[in-house]
Amino acid sequence: MNATDSSMPSSALSQPDLRGHFGPYGGRYVGETLMPALLELETAFFHFRDDPAFQQELAALLKDYAGRPTPLYPAKRLSQMLGGAMIYLKREDLAHTGAHKINNTLGQGLLARYMGKTKLIAETGAGQHGVATATVAALLGMECRIFMGKEDIRRQAPNVQRMELLGAQVISVSSGTGTLKDAMNEAMRYWTEAVADTFYVIGSVAGPHPYPLMVREFQKIIGIEARAQMKAACGALPDLLIACVGGGSNAMGLFYPFLNDPVEMIGIEAGGHGVETGRHAATLSAGSVGVLHGSKSYVLQDPNGQIQEAHSVSAGLDYPGVGPEHAMLKDSGRVRYTSVTDTEAIEAFRTLCRTEGIIPAMESAHALAFAIQDAPRRPGNERIIVNLSGRGDKDLAIFTQFTATASSERKCAS
Amino acid sequence: MNRIAHLFDTLKQKREKALIGFVTAGDPDMATSLAVCRDMCRSGLDLLELGIAFSDPTADGPVIQRSSQRALRQGMTPANVMEMVAALRRDIETPIVLFSYYNPIFAYGVKRFYGDAVNAGADGVLIVDLPPEESSEMTDQWPTPPRLSLIRLIAPTTPDERIRTIAARAEGFLYLVSKTGVTGSAGLQGDTVEENVHRLRQYTKLPVCVGFGISTVADVARIAKQADGVVIGSAFERIIEEAVSRQEESTLPMLLAAQTSAYKAATR
Repeated sequence: MNATDSSMPSSALSQPDLRGHFGPYGGRYVGETLMPALLELETAFFHFRDDPAFQQELAALLKDYAGRPTPLYPAKRLSQMLGGAMIYLKREDLAHTGAHKINNTLGQGLLARYMGKTKLIAETGAGQHGVATATVAALLGMECRIFMGKEDIRRQAPNVQRMELLGAQVISVSSGTGTLKDAMNEAMRYWTEAVADTFYVIGSVAGPHPYPLMVREFQKIIGIEARAQMKAACGALPDLLIACVGGGSNAMGLFYPFLNDPVEMIGIEAGGHGVETGRHAATLSAGSVGVLHGSKSYVLQDPNGQIQEAHSVSAGLDYPGVGPEHAMLKDSGRVRYTSVTDTEAIEAFRTLCRTEGIIPAMESAHALAFAIQDAPRRPGNERIIVNLSGRGDKDLAIFTQFTATASSERKCAS
Repeated sequence: MNRIAHLFDTLKQKREKALIGFVTAGDPDMATSLAVCRDMCRSGLDLLELGIAFSDPTADGPVIQRSSQRALRQGMTPANVMEMVAALRRDIETPIVLFSYYNPIFAYGVKRFYGDAVNAGADGVLIVDLPPEESSEMTDQWPTPPRLSLIRLIAPTTPDERIRTIAARAEGFLYLVSKTGVTGSAGLQGDTVEENVHRLRQYTKLPVCVGFGISTVADVARIAKQADGVVIGSAFERIIEEAVSRQEESTLPMLLAAQTSAYKAATR
């Protein structure tokens, strides 16, 4: 679609409204115990966002500690192999701790300290947000607890070791399905009890207001840099942005600064075994409107409003909800959302390793898989930015296991 | 006068406090749950909070989480809960408040939910994750005045200015959360509750009922001195869970009726 036509909400950049609503989505659907904490957080966020001392300290940390700006790398071998459009990778995998998550945790951690909180808690799926939160807690000298599903602890052992090395306590959550959604439930329960001195660092553009807004504001540096880097390299804007969407923070960070530009955007969800099988995490593509974890958005649910299990080879995308701003952007048509399967993501994972010598996070491999399908259909003068949201060292075991299972299935079939 | 207002009037005349009991509808199964609710009401329960199970109950502790899972495994739906209310209404006049999270009600449809709840004979609804900032999206679709009271929560963290706002919209009674935490958390602090009840009374003439973390008869007696009602939830669910683990579900109506009588005695 044309990004400047009238179907785009003219106020997209000014969302959310004062009560934290992105159109009909977002809001604050939490127990009364947490409401005062969210109101306090909102006030503090707006105050320190405009505070020069806070901004200066954050900017210095992003530059000297996180290693920003991250490069915008032209993936020539990959692009040549595919033919068609030129693919650029926004290298969030090169940020400290190996993923875009550090942008947000530095912001929220610093905000927690300015607010006088002494403890950080977080939930994590793939472990990248947990590692980033534990890192910031160590840096700022704060106590840290990370809630992680039992199943994800098994799938993402290296990141559990990292968090513990950084001094965080990793709490195994076995309720429900033992994945990201249950870790988030448990973190909210814990926060309800510890709200006086504890700051809950939410890792995506999800959760109750002001989190979707706040996380976007801390992540939009990805898009701001990418926009300037592309202009510097080519003197023009990119034609297409591609990012993976679980909760949606890396995608929101890349997309937001381009919302008023004539740039096409596609969010890639985890199609798991295939959207038609019902075993997937493609919330925007196949979910319906509901309320989960404090905000209204698209969710995977049954007709009675019970939240359903999400399935993805990538623990970071294995979430049955999605950020409310994405829900708004989907409805307006400004961003298109589609999905790729586990198998396609695994194949893209391998392809990037072989063509560019970069091991992508399994999450980012979803965005790459779509780019690999899409680039050959586009003329050679078009430019695609793929957000390489994180590095894939943590996913080696998943890759090995998946390919071993697939090859034994092939043998059985023959 | 609706059943909730009538209840508190009657109790005031009798100089008694309300015993409010929470159970998850359909735990451990619909027939047992129905018998449990009926026998509790006949044994002195003044108001029944009937839980509509939700898959992701973030305001609840482990006991109620597990009870919700048992009910969902039984296939409980909001429609089944409406049937339970209608069945109870044929036998008892005890006020019934439906307790849930917002998503099952939103999925059911807030207008349809109102109509079905009123027709079944429910008197109120308490939605733990629907603060006053968001509740008008639901109540705007209800008739005015509604025949279903929307019960509002006050937490120990709620500042005075906010209590004023919430109390101004409250109906039926105000539900004061005894401590910062989820349901079933241990460590009831009588002094803090007393302070908060007193603080709340400056802003409302409605009855004030206290819940979260109340489990013993002594707890009930202590809270009943300050508040107009005492809410018990996890303690009842713990009895259900233990009977289920012993595979003695048939004893549940009797066990819960006995426990209800014991609690009720402490409110007189």
